[in-house]
Amino acid sequence: MNALRRFFSFLSPLLALALVVGLFCALLAWKDVRDFQQQHEGTAFTEAFAKMRAQPDEAFTGLNSFITGGAWKKNLTQTAIVAVGALGMILILVSGGIDLSVGSSVAMCSVFVAKSLNTGSAPLTAALIAILAGAAVGCVNGSLVAGLRQNPFIVTLGMMSVIRGLALWRSENQTVNLNGDIGESWLLNLLAVEEPGKFWPLPAGVWLAIALSVLVAVVMNRTVFGRRIFAIGSNEATARLCGIRVRWTQVAIYTLAGVLFGIAGALQFSRLTQGDPTGGPDLALDVIAAVVIGGASLNGGSGSVFGAVLGALLMTVLRNGATAMAWEDWTQRVIIGAVIVAAVALDRLRRKER
Amino acid sequence: MSHRLTLDGVKKSFGATAALRGVSLGVGEGEVHALIGENGAGKSTLMKILSGAHEADAGRIALDGAPFAPRNPHEARRAGVAMIYQELNLAPDLSVAENIVLGAEPSCLGCLGWLRRGAMRDTARRALAELGHGDLPPDAPVRSLSIAEQQLVEIARALAGEPRVMIFDEPTSSLTQADAERLFAVIARLKARGVSVIYISHFLEECRRVCDRFTVLRDGESVGTGALAETPMAEIIRLMVGREVSELYPRIAHTMGEVVLRVDAAASESGGLAVRAGEIFGLFGLVGSGRTELLRRIFGLDAMAAERIAIFGREESSASPPRRLAQGVGLLSENRKEEGLMLRRSLTENLTATRPIARAGWLLRGRERSATRDWISKLSVRARDPEQAVGELSGGNQQKIALGRLLHHDAKILLLDEPTRGIDVGSKAQIYRLTGELAAQDKAVLFVSSYIPELLGVCDTIGVMCRGKLAAVRPAAEWTEHTLMEAAIGTI
Repeated sequence: MNALRRFFSFLSPLLALALVVGLFCALLAWKDVRDFQQQHEGTAFTEAFAKMRAQPDEAFTGLNSFITGGAWKKNLTQTAIVAVGALGMILILVSGGIDLSVGSSVAMCSVFVAKSLNTGSAPLTAALIAILAGAAVGCVNGSLVAGLRQNPFIVTLGMMSVIRGLALWRSENQTVNLNGDIGESWLLNLLAVEEPGKFWPLPAGVWLAIALSVLVAVVMNRTVFGRRIFAIGSNEATARLCGIRVRWTQVAIYTLAGVLFGIAGALQFSRLTQGDPTGGPDLALDVIAAVVIGGASLNGGSGSVFGAVLGALLMTVLRNGATAMAWEDWTQRVIIGAVIVAAVALDRLRRKER
Repeated sequence: MSHRLTLDGVKKSFGATAALRGVSLGVGEGEVHALIGENGAGKSTLMKILSGAHEADAGRIALDGAPFAPRNPHEARRAGVAMIYQELNLAPDLSVAENIVLGAEPSCLGCLGWLRRGAMRDTARRALAELGHGDLPPDAPVRSLSIAEQQLVEIARALAGEPRVMIFDEPTSSLTQADAERLFAVIARLKARGVSVIYISHFLEECRRVCDRFTVLRDGESVGTGALAETPMAEIIRLMVGREVSELYPRIAHTMGEVVLRVDAAASESGGLAVRAGEIFGLFGLVGSGRTELLRRIFGLDAMAAERIAIFGREESSASPPRRLAQGVGLLSENRKEEGLMLRRSLTENLTATRPIARAGWLLRGRERSATRDWISKLSVRARDPEQAVGELSGGNQQKIALGRLLHHDAKILLLDEPTRGIDVGSKAQIYRLTGELAAQDKAVLFVSSYIPELLGVCDTIGVMCRGKLAAVRPAAEWTEHTLMEAAIGTI
C-alpha cells in the first residue's frame, strides 16, 4: 500500500505532463479541423474531420508541429538550460533555502564564456571558467545565508542585482559577440539541432542535462551528503542535534548549485552563441516553478530530481503548445502562471490527504 | 455561598490520555484563588478550557450562575474571562495605548472608521490609573518598556475589557522581586474592584502572600481546597505529590563504574554533578529551573556557561554536537516534534541520522533498512515499514525511534530530557526497562524528568535544580517525594 502510494507520487509529474500533452493534442486537432472548415466553406465538422483523416500528414499541420519527433527534439533542446538550472535549485530548495539570483548567475557565466573565448582560451577552459564563476557566486550566497544567518530570500534577491551588475561590468554593458576568427567548436554546438525533422540525434547539451540529472539524483538519494540536505531542509534543529555541521553543509549546497548554474550559463552561451549580460530575466521564475511543479516543497525537506526535470519539460511543452495554437505571449504567461499556482495547490491538497 | 466562577467535575481527554479527570473549584467575587499543582497536573489544560482554546468533555462550568462554555478565546473574553499568559501577547511596535485598546479601538463609522486617538489614550490612561500606574506614557512603544511594564500593559488591556475573572499564569516567573511586589499591589487593586483572580504559581510562598484560598490539582483531579492562611505548607506539598505509586518500575541489576561525565559549575552551591558508567542519574526541577539548558550545554548545542564539563575525564573548553557524538554522548530532546525528529522523513533516516550506514559517503540502503527493522522489533515499535514517515506513528512509538537513534549511535553517555513526556503508559514502562538495560551495559544515563515517581523508581542518584543551579544531589533512596519538591521549590 505504502509502496503503491510512493509509486504514484513518483509518477504524478509524469501524469501531469501526459495530461498537458493530451490537452494540447485535442486543442490542436480541433483547431486544425476548424482551419480546414474555413478553407473549405460549407463542410460540417465531422465531414471535415473524416476528410482530414484520409491524409493526416498534410491536414493536421498544427498537431504535427506539436507531437512529431522533431517537435520533441525541440522541446528537449529548449528545456536543457532550465532543467540544469532546476537541478541546482532543487538542492537548495530541498535544504530549505532558495536562490533568486540564478538568472543573473547564468547570464554572468555566459558572458564569462564569451569573454574568455574572445581572449583566446580553449573551449574547455572557457567552460571551466564559467563553472568556477558559478561556484564562486554560489559560495558567496551560501556563506551569506549560513554565516550571517540571513534569510536566503533577501540575500539572493540582493545578489541577483549584484551579479547582474558584475555581468554588465564585465561585458561593458553590451552583448559579447564572438570575434570573427573563432571557428566552430563543440562549445558552440552544445544545443545545435541537426536534422530538425527527426527525434534522433539529440544535441550534446540534452545528453549533458540527462547525465547531470542522473548524477544529482544519485547524490541526493544515495549519498550521506544527500541525506544531510534532506535532514537540514526537513528540520534544521534535528540536523544540528544529530551532529550535522549545518552551516558548512549549506555553503557546500549553494556552491554545488552554483556549479550547475555555471553549466547552465555555458549552455545559455551555446544557444545564443554570444554572452548576454541581460539574458534570462525570467529564468529564476522558470527554474523555481519547474522544481515546485515537480513536487518540491518551498518549506524544504522534500522534492524529486525526476519531478523537477519533468517540471521544466512541462513548461517548455506549455510554451510550445501555446505557440502552436498561435496564442499570444500574454496568454502564455497567464497560463504558465496559473499552472504554477495550480501545481502548488494540488500538492498541498495531496499532502493534506495523508 | 454562591461563586462567581464554578467548575464541577470538569473532564478532558486527548485520545487515550486523560488530562483532566474531574476538577471542581469555586472562586468568589473579589477572591484571589491559587491553583497549585506539579508540572503535568492539568493546570494548563484547565486554563485552556477556561480561555476557550479547548472544550471540556464533561462537567459543568458556570460564570455568575450562567453556563459558560466558550468555543474560542474571543468568546471567553466577551463573557468576561481574561488570561494573562506567561508569554506576553503584545504587539511590540505599537504604543502602550494602541496595545491596550487592540481589538476594541474606539472609532467612528464602525470598523471602517476613523481611529479616535483621544478616546484611545483616555481609555488607556484610565485602565493604567486603576492599576495604580497612571504614569506609564501611553505613546511609548511597548518594545521600549521593561518586562514588568509590558505585563502591566497586558493587564491593563484585560482590564479595559471589564473582566469578571482574570487568570494569571506564572506571572512572576520573569520578574525581579521588586517588580513582583508591584504586581501583588496591582492584584490587590483588582481584588478591591471585585475582579475574581485565579493565580497559578509554583512558588507557594508567593501564593500565601497574594491569595485567599487554594485548590491543588494532581494528575488531573482537584484533590484539596482550603484557605491558605489556615493550611500549613507541608499539607499543601503533601497534597501536591501524595499519589499512590501505581506504576511498576522494573529494577535491572547494574553496577556503577568510573565517573564518565563531570560538570563542575563554578556558580553552583553544591559540588557539581558526576555521573558514573552504569549509573542512572535523575535530574529533577520545576519547569524553567535550567535542566534542559544544562543538558544542551553538555551536548554543545548552547555555549558553556561558567562551568567545566569533562567527558571520560577529558575536559575541553568548547564543545559541539559533532564532537560530542564522536565522544559517544547522545542527547534525546525534550521537544520531540520540533527538535527531536524529522517528522516527514522515514524511520530509517531518523534512526540512522547520527551514524548513516555508508561506505565512503555512499549509503548502503539495504543494510540501513535491515538495521531499522532490527530496531523496530527490538524496541517493539508499531510501524508498517522502515520507509514510513515517522510523523505517522503514535507519540510513544515516535519517542522509541528518537531513543533508538541514540542506541544505533551506540552512545556511552545518554542525556535523556523528559523521555516519557506525553507518551502512553505502556511505552513509558518500556522506556524505564530500556534505561535499566542501558545501565546494565555500563552506560551512563542522565535522566531529566518532572515526574517524581518515575525518578524515584528508575534512578540511582537524583539531583535537584532550582533557579538555574544544582541545589542538592543524593542517592535516590534518601529522597522522598516531599523532600524533592521542597528542594525544587527552594525551601531547603
